[in-house]
Amino acid sequence: MERILDTLREKGASTALILGFFVAWELFCLVANISDILLPRPTQIVAALVKFWPAIWPHTYQTLYTTLVGFSIGVAIGLFLGVLIGSSRLAYDTAYPLLVGFSSIPKVAVVPIFVLWYGAGTVPAILTAMIICIFPIVVNVATGIATVEPELEDVMKTLKASKLDILWNVSLPRSMPYFFAALKVAITLAFVGSVVAETVASNRGIGNMMMIASSSFNVPLVFAGLFVLAGLGVTLYVLFSLIEHRVTGWAHRKTDLASP
Amino acid sequence: MNAQVRSAEAGTGAAGPAPFIEFENASITYGKGARAVQALAPTSLKITEGEFMALVGPSGCGKSTILKMVGELLKPSTGYVFVAGREIGANPIRIGMAYQNPTLLPWLNIRDNVMLPLKIVPPFRQAFRAKRKGEFRDRVEALLKQVGLAGFAEKYPYQLSGGMMQRANLCRALVHDPDLLLLDEPFGALDQFTREELWAVMQDLWLSKKLTVMLVTHDLREAAYLASRICVMSARPGRILDDQIVDLPRPRTIDMTFQPDFVELNQKLRAMIVGARGGTGIVSHQPGTA
Ligand SMILES: Nc1ncnc2c1ncn2[C@@H]1O[C@H](COP(=O)(O)OP(=O)(O)OP(=O)(O)O)[C@@H](O)[C@H]1O
Ligand SMILES: [Mg+2]
Repeated sequence: MERILDTLREKGASTALILGFFVAWELFCLVANISDILLPRPTQIVAALVKFWPAIWPHTYQTLYTTLVGFSIGVAIGLFLGVLIGSSRLAYDTAYPLLVGFSSIPKVAVVPIFVLWYGAGTVPAILTAMIICIFPIVVNVATGIATVEPELEDVMKTLKASKLDILWNVSLPRSMPYFFAALKVAITLAFVGSVVAETVASNRGIGNMMMIASSSFNVPLVFAGLFVLAGLGVTLYVLFSLIEHRVTGWAHRKTDLASP
Repeated sequence: MNAQVRSAEAGTGAAGPAPFIEFENASITYGKGARAVQALAPTSLKITEGEFMALVGPSGCGKSTILKMVGELLKPSTGYVFVAGREIGANPIRIGMAYQNPTLLPWLNIRDNVMLPLKIVPPFRQAFRAKRKGEFRDRVEALLKQVGLAGFAEKYPYQLSGGMMQRANLCRALVHDPDLLLLDEPFGALDQFTREELWAVMQDLWLSKKLTVMLVTHDLREAAYLASRICVMSARPGRILDDQIVDLPRPRTIDMTFQPDFVELNQKLRAMIVGARGGTGIVSHQPGTA
């Protein structure tokens, strides 16, 4: 508890900014007398969230599920490709142009293709979340691995270390800060992927719920969906930040010196 | 693998002990075609076991290239390099290496950093799990003590000064009892006093372990203080211009480096390198001359 208070105090300014944002929003709607069909007030949104929670929950679960499954597969593939590409100059030069090509496709545009292949439902959402995660992970991990100091590599090679030894003892740990930076980007992107897919082609999930709510002009519910998404995104981001700090604390220690 | 094997008898007899490292017209050319650069001209060189050999010469003459060949990081473009009687790629010896850049792993503390070779090099590798908390730990501790880092095992690299990191780097190069130590300007980035202190540490290590050392350095006092033999190289493409034994008594001290025979050796080496660079050795700043 004390620690939470401590963090709150530390983050006082940003907490105040967030609270201020919602208060300003509330006041603006009240003063300008804006209809809740256009822009509902935060209090109305929270009310809708509470009122419709039993209906919202299954959608939340669905979105969280598709996002996490897609994200996990995407991270696994991304990590594998990143290690592969980062460990070999040849693979790097060969595969990089193709990867850049893939990455420049707006991932949302592939949803119809997934629907064509798998029909509307859970699978396209998972695949979209997956494919959107892969690129940032690959690039970051490959960079981390490819930038191992040549002197260190020489030292390892004179010890007759195998490629696997070098990967396990040097390259992989070294690329962890890059990996976690990419994870935080990827989890946010994964939500974008799954929600877009749900909006287009699913009968479940927060995206789908928001579509239905907007077509029946239940605008507070639409915004409640947004709040849920923001909540999920922030929670996972914080989770990964915490893991990151535990695993790759060594990369941030220089900043610790200032505040012992 | 059909590596050449030198017969052990070849070197014995009247010619003295078989060379531990032997270059036979070994040359290195970097790049291909029009962009090919010959870094090392065909070079023949013999190093006996237990020697402390220093390589000096103008910048870019191929000193690091020679070390890389001995360390099996580079194959000669022509000729052969034999280590312990076998062509490189097949030699069974253990090698330790240290560069000017300490390259300690920032996520490991000093103990684990120094222990890294034990995790990789046989036969330590096989016993690593069983002995990391016991025998290996004591081995690292003893080594750290020898270089003046006792009590720093739990610290992380970022908590150490440059000189301390370089000491730890030396420990990492020595922990697996190498038969051969390759040092590429290991003290180059340090201040004069730390450097001189580490010379003494290095000399003690060499005297106590009797290993073969190849040291690349730009500091002629360093070469004369540490080495039992100094090779001077020409500008690129590198050749060995001069090869001489330093038979000053051991253990050498810093004070000795200011005595006449030492200074004379230094000046001789300096003159040779200046000559190799194609300069006069007189630094002049005349405007208009390129
Ligand atoms: N990977 C490489 N590709 C192309 N040329 C190289 C490469 N490595 C070294 N060279 C060239 O080979 C020559 C010898 O390099 P080397 O690193 O052995 O020099 P050095 O004697 O160690 O120099 P210094 O004292 O400055 O460290 C240099 O002229 C350099 O330009
Ligand atoms: Mg060099």
